[in-house]
Amino acid sequence: VCFIPGGLDCSISFVSHVLGKVCVHGRQKEILGVLVPCLTDVTKSDCIWQRICWRLVECVPDRWMEAVVLGFVQRAPGADVLSRLLGNLVVKNKKAQFVVTQKMLLLQYGHTTAVLQNLLGYLSLESLRHTLLLRVLQELLETWSSSSAVKHSPVEQQLYISKAILICLSHLKEPEIESYRQELLTSMMEGVKCHLDSSLPQLRRLGMVVAESISLKINTEGPVLKFEYEEDNETRELKSLLVQTPPFCVVPSLPDDDRSEEAGAALPLVPESNEKPHTAAAVTPDEESDAELDSDDDLVPYDMSEDKELKIKAPVYIRDCIEVLAGSRSEDVDKWEATVKALESLVRKNPAATREVSVELAKILLHLEEKTCIEGFVELRQRAQVAVLTTDPIPVAKYLTSQFYSLNYSLRQRMDILDVLVLAAQELSCPKFRGKTKHSGAQKPCIQLLPGSDSSKDWRRVVDERIKSKTRRFDMGQSRVELASCPNEFNSVAGHFFFPLIQHFDRPLTTFDLLGEDHLVLGRLVHTLAVLMYLAVNTVAVTAMGKALLEFVWALRFHTDSYVRQGLLSCISSLLLSVPTERILADMTEELLETQSWLGDVMEKDPDGDCRRLALQNLLLMENLKKKLEAVPS
Amino acid sequence: MALPPPDPQFVLRGTSAAVHTLHFSCGGPEPDIPLLFSGSENGFIHVWNLKTHRVDTALDGHGRKSVYCVQTMGGKDRLLSQGRDQRICLWDLAEGRTSVTDSVFTEHVGFCRCSLLKVAQGRWLMAMAARSLEEVQILELPSKTSVCTLKPEVGAKLGMPMCLKLWQLNCGSQPVLLAGYEDGSVVLWNVSMGKALSQLICHQEPVMSLDFDSEKAKGISGSSEKVLSIWSLNEQQNLQVYKTHELVNAGISDITIRPDKKILATAGWDHRIRIFGWKKLKPLAVLDYHTATVHCVSFSDHSNPRERLLAAGSKDQRISVWSIYAQT
Repeated sequence: VCFIPGGLDCSISFVSHVLGKVCVHGRQKEILGVLVPCLTDVTKSDCIWQRICWRLVECVPDRWMEAVVLGFVQRAPGADVLSRLLGNLVVKNKKAQFVVTQKMLLLQYGHTTAVLQNLLGYLSLESLRHTLLLRVLQELLETWSSSSAVKHSPVEQQLYISKAILICLSHLKEPEIESYRQELLTSMMEGVKCHLDSSLPQLRRLGMVVAESISLKINTEGPVLKFEYEEDNETRELKSLLVQTPPFCVVPSLPDDDRSEEAGAALPLVPESNEKPHTAAAVTPDEESDAELDSDDDLVPYDMSEDKELKIKAPVYIRDCIEVLAGSRSEDVDKWEATVKALESLVRKNPAATREVSVELAKILLHLEEKTCIEGFVELRQRAQVAVLTTDPIPVAKYLTSQFYSLNYSLRQRMDILDVLVLAAQELSCPKFRGKTKHSGAQKPCIQLLPGSDSSKDWRRVVDERIKSKTRRFDMGQSRVELASCPNEFNSVAGHFFFPLIQHFDRPLTTFDLLGEDHLVLGRLVHTLAVLMYLAVNTVAVTAMGKALLEFVWALRFHTDSYVRQGLLSCISSLLLSVPTERILADMTEELLETQSWLGDVMEKDPDGDCRRLALQNLLLMENLKKKLEAVPS
Repeated sequence: MALPPPDPQFVLRGTSAAVHTLHFSCGGPEPDIPLLFSGSENGFIHVWNLKTHRVDTALDGHGRKSVYCVQTMGGKDRLLSQGRDQRICLWDLAEGRTSVTDSVFTEHVGFCRCSLLKVAQGRWLMAMAARSLEEVQILELPSKTSVCTLKPEVGAKLGMPMCLKLWQLNCGSQPVLLAGYEDGSVVLWNVSMGKALSQLICHQEPVMSLDFDSEKAKGISGSSEKVLSIWSLNEQQNLQVYKTHELVNAGISDITIRPDKKILATAGWDHRIRIFGWKKLKPLAVLDYHTATVHCVSFSDHSNPRERLLAAGSKDQRISVWSIYAQT
């Protein structure tokens, strides 16, 4: 479509109509693919063409405006180009304004970062539109800081909004930041609170990055907010949005200011280098003059082969270890350190001795705090706890599960209990292979030893792997028989691990309310139960566990926290995988049907992507179960 | 084939507390009994008879606060002791007396041992850490008048003085002070003018102890790390690092050079005493007797070289006395 510029007064409204109609019928790509580059070129220097272009888009009827504007924003190669093409359309046309400032930012979230950059850059480039930018930022921040939005909107949408906020921030000018500082600060504080409250690590990180960026913008001198989190591609990408690469056309030198400001703030205070008047100039000892050589030679050295590094000896008996760890003598920290390091191996080598003092040892370890700075203290303690638990499962499990629901423990300690139970269960349920340790195609669930919020990912991964390999699993069952078999040690104790944990979840204590504030611990508890259920395959108690678990899941199925819901869905998966099919169908038919309808609901309507995926997998599992039953000749 | 290290000649027991400081007084003519003074953590100063190996007297002058420095002032009748009660006491021990004749209230709450230097008959200079964090005060004894206060420049951030050594090249020359500080540096001060002549960073950790050989203008310092640092003083009164020696285990509490400047001994946190040749710092022996940190080592001042002894006091409440390299 080419225009011949003439001196003619032509009406372009016809073209606008055509454009609008084509776009609304979904042919944006074709027509704008040709039109936009063409227009970009001609409007580069020619004002008349720019005005023609503006007239073109202004004349598009309202009912087709959205499609056209959307198409332009998506297709324009840069914010400056968009500015040339659309002009002040957003100011003049209400529909266009709605699309650009509300619909694309708050109601949709599928657009790429480049599109966002275009859009917001376009808004910032002219003073008339700049006020719109401020309004947009206000609304974005409102959404970002609203706790219900954080809880209920999908993660992808929240990521989108965060990106938009960061880009807006990068376009703000100094005087605007000044006038707007207080509101920015308030929103930041509220928003950061909601984000940190969330159970999903990704959301927490998002909140931290955005809060840091806002703080950087409003406090250019003085200390800025700094969170500790692991950098990954997402955070790096987000942070890069704060700095705008200046486009080559005329634009306020704001981006450069941003960058130099940041550089200035980041320059570390040059420490007062201790300028000594004379620094150490090592004078290499030249060979002393011969006159001095002799006198030393008549001093004959003694044998110094015994002179080795001093090693503190760790105690050799378990009871000694208990004394050292529980003792009040705080002086002998070397011995304490050596004991902590040696404890796990001692426990494993002396099972009989450990069994005599197992509960006491478990108690001491649960309350053990770091006295000196040992590397990997948390891991050492956890391994010792697991060792004690596997050596004497029943009493120690009884103790630990009772402590889980007791008063006056920190959240960290309660979650440690859960981690230890899972690790011990895993150890007990895995057959100890003598000789060849080859699993044919089996995927050992590798729950990492380190506690941390990432354990949830591992457990989910575990269940996912299981689901993927489920047909192979039945094969593995047979091949397991071929290898050296040994009794499943988890069999006798599975119930002791599982049932006490599930018993008291609805009874709130003064310091611990699973159904209330402590939903993080509830989430971890649910995931723990899922893993225990999964590990209980082939045990006698598995059916009873399955029934109890199903009731538990049913009670909590509408929980608002998405982390908890993911855990509940993992429970269902474990259940379907571990409980033998016949038992499922014999004992749990009605519950299963109800569960099926619930899963269907979740799959369609749950805002969280992971929940939907897990629900779908569960439904597939159930389908497979049904099919298998139908395949078995009755 | 090197011989195994010797055993202690004898071991003194009976302090019932960790031993922090030792000082011999064996130079007197016969029939004077050779004595060893020891200061312990329970505040007592024990006077050991080296012939009977028993305590002759126990002096209690520091209110049961740990005594961390004892020195004699010209013979065994006058003793100076420094304790954690922030006092330096001067004792009169002649003719069986055990009285404190004078005391100086230092207001120093650290562990820096004072250093004595005889400048004239009956006149001593004493360097001690003062109340203010980085300062060293020089007093004249027995008059207790302040000669000067050595303050590092503002912003030098040396930390507390950890160990001091007053010396003069020969009688009549200017007294100088070597001070080791918390930041690992050793500073050479001119006492009369009260200003620093040279500063050298010897260690990354606090300097725990130092000793200096004025004849060879060479000194050695030990710290809480694994390195011994040997430094020298050139004609322009500048300190330079001469050599470093790496140890097997970290931590040195005390270093002392034998009066004949042939060997030196270090007291280690790894319970061992190490002997080195002073000329080239050749390791000579590792004496492994104690079962806890060795706090102090001291060489005796016997006039007969063959009788020379080395004593070491440790946290395990024993004082081991050794006769080593006495024949040279």
